[in-house]
Amino acid sequence: MITDNTVGGILLGEGILKGLTETAKNFAGSFVSAERLTTVEYPEQRVAPIEATRVFPFLVYDGKDWEAGMRCVACQICEKECPPKCIYIEKSKDKKPDAVGKPQFYPTKFDIDISVCMSCQICVEVCPFEAIKMDTEFELSTEDRFGGLLLGREQLSKSNEYYHEIHATEAANVDASLAAGRAKVDAKTTAVAIAAAVRGAEVPPRPAEGGD
Amino acid sequence: MTLTGFVQENKKVGWNRPPVIESDGEGELLEVAMGPHHPSTHGVFRMDVALDGERVIRLKPVFGYLHRNHEKIAEGTSFLGSMPYTDRLDYICSLTNNWAYALTVEKLTGQEVPERAEYLRVILGELTRVQNHASSIGFLIQEMGASGTPLMYAFREREKILDLFEGLTGSRMMCNYMRFGGCRVDASPAWLDATRKVVSGLPGFIDEVDRLLSSNEILMARTQGVGILRPELAVNAGVTGPMLRASGVNYDIRKVDGYGIYNRFNFRVPLGDHWDVYDRFMIRMLEMRESIRMLEQALREIPAGPVMDPKAKIRGFRPKPGEAYGRIEAPKGELGFYLISDGGPNPYRYRVRPPSLINLTILEDMCLGQNVADVVLIFGSVDIVLGEVDR
Repeated sequence: MITDNTVGGILLGEGILKGLTETAKNFAGSFVSAERLTTVEYPEQRVAPIEATRVFPFLVYDGKDWEAGMRCVACQICEKECPPKCIYIEKSKDKKPDAVGKPQFYPTKFDIDISVCMSCQICVEVCPFEAIKMDTEFELSTEDRFGGLLLGREQLSKSNEYYHEIHATEAANVDASLAAGRAKVDAKTTAVAIAAAVRGAEVPPRPAEGGD
Repeated sequence: MTLTGFVQENKKVGWNRPPVIESDGEGELLEVAMGPHHPSTHGVFRMDVALDGERVIRLKPVFGYLHRNHEKIAEGTSFLGSMPYTDRLDYICSLTNNWAYALTVEKLTGQEVPERAEYLRVILGELTRVQNHASSIGFLIQEMGASGTPLMYAFREREKILDLFEGLTGSRMMCNYMRFGGCRVDASPAWLDATRKVVSGLPGFIDEVDRLLSSNEILMARTQGVGILRPELAVNAGVTGPMLRASGVNYDIRKVDGYGIYNRFNFRVPLGDHWDVYDRFMIRMLEMRESIRMLEQALREIPAGPVMDPKAKIRGFRPKPGEAYGRIEAPKGELGFYLISDGGPNPYRYRVRPPSLINLTILEDMCLGQNVADVVLIFGSVDIVLGEVDR
């Protein structure tokens, strides 16, 4: 069933004109309303970042020293759960206090091959220690295809302040839950101290705290 | 090969399709390989076309260039681990892929989904449908030679929807948002307000596309009466989605199954009358309008509450042995997942029923006897994504 668009064999093109009016309206509109300019001149101008954005994972550390404040306890859950298996962890022999103050192992090696990583954030979901989070940094192109895209511990470690900067709401929730965990550990150590009948003695000092 | 030779050979190999094409001459057939890098194919796909002059005598779709071993990989990773891979099936509509997979696993385990999560799923699913149909119309018109204008208008609107996806799920296309028993994160009131704002702007966009295209004489001349797919053939071939409804068959899984909470929504199913490319274009326009009505209703009624079943497990998820087939009405048609669990952490069998692949099997029947320039158009009206065809 083909519609006959012609009048006596001549195509009037009413619909085409109607469409062209629409195009003209759009063309003129971009001079009038700023809302219609949907693109920006990228390297100079940037659109406002969206808080939930995720690109690649990074490791959060508390305090100033990344090695001492690293939250990761090398439990290797993310390594197991990662769908493309791009995480490689080596566990330490000794222990250091973690974010809530319990003595834990730490990773002597923590590599993420971001040429394999697909930014699915399953590592973030499964991490019970709030140690791995998603970054928003996306300008990561490098000339070195293999070494440049295999990130080690130093490159992956970023401070809790940085985490607050990029994901403010999420970071605040994480800090609250970590503080609750720390309070629990503190209460326990206090109770132990009391039970040991060391009355009047100082409560053991709290280990490195999260900076917020 | 001459035409008579071709027909004889066809009879020899026992093709049951009647020789639709009657030749008027004794000319040689010209065999053209359209693709795998033809700009119309949206990816890597080849059509081996045999031409008698301008007319298509035979067309053989060749695919598999983008095969990524999706099903076997999914049988090796955990149930949750396959979720991000489903994003990469139909990468235009990752959220509906997530939904279909989550629905199947929920069917397998019998998990309940909280009310708010169901509403969020409907909102995201319908937003996905709008952006898929808008860009598919844009691509179709671009394949006719309108270099860019309708496509860019569609992409301008799609951009807003992708920003919403990014604001909620963290990613524009690879959302990885649905979970077994709900959704990963809750939507903030600010996000819902932003969505309301975008949705209120969508009818204006569709009116604009309508004025721009629907009555365009060139579009009508190119698409009307081209690529006719008869309803009997469509049903027999298992075609689903807008393709099937453009052939006049009233079959929408949102109505038939009423999965999720779709039976609470009042929407109409547009049907085609002439079964041609123009109908497929028009069906997508009308479906967008229905989706917007559903979006408005969902955004009005969305309740407060949790978005995740509290009993749901993220780690150590092992469904009891059994099998399940879950399907949804994805923007391109019926998207189904078939899972067999043997009680282990990963599925024993994982199978995808992709709408794109099955809608594509009918391509030759629509193209026979048409001009070679219309093949591109008919192919565009099927609306496929190669990531889903080849998996």
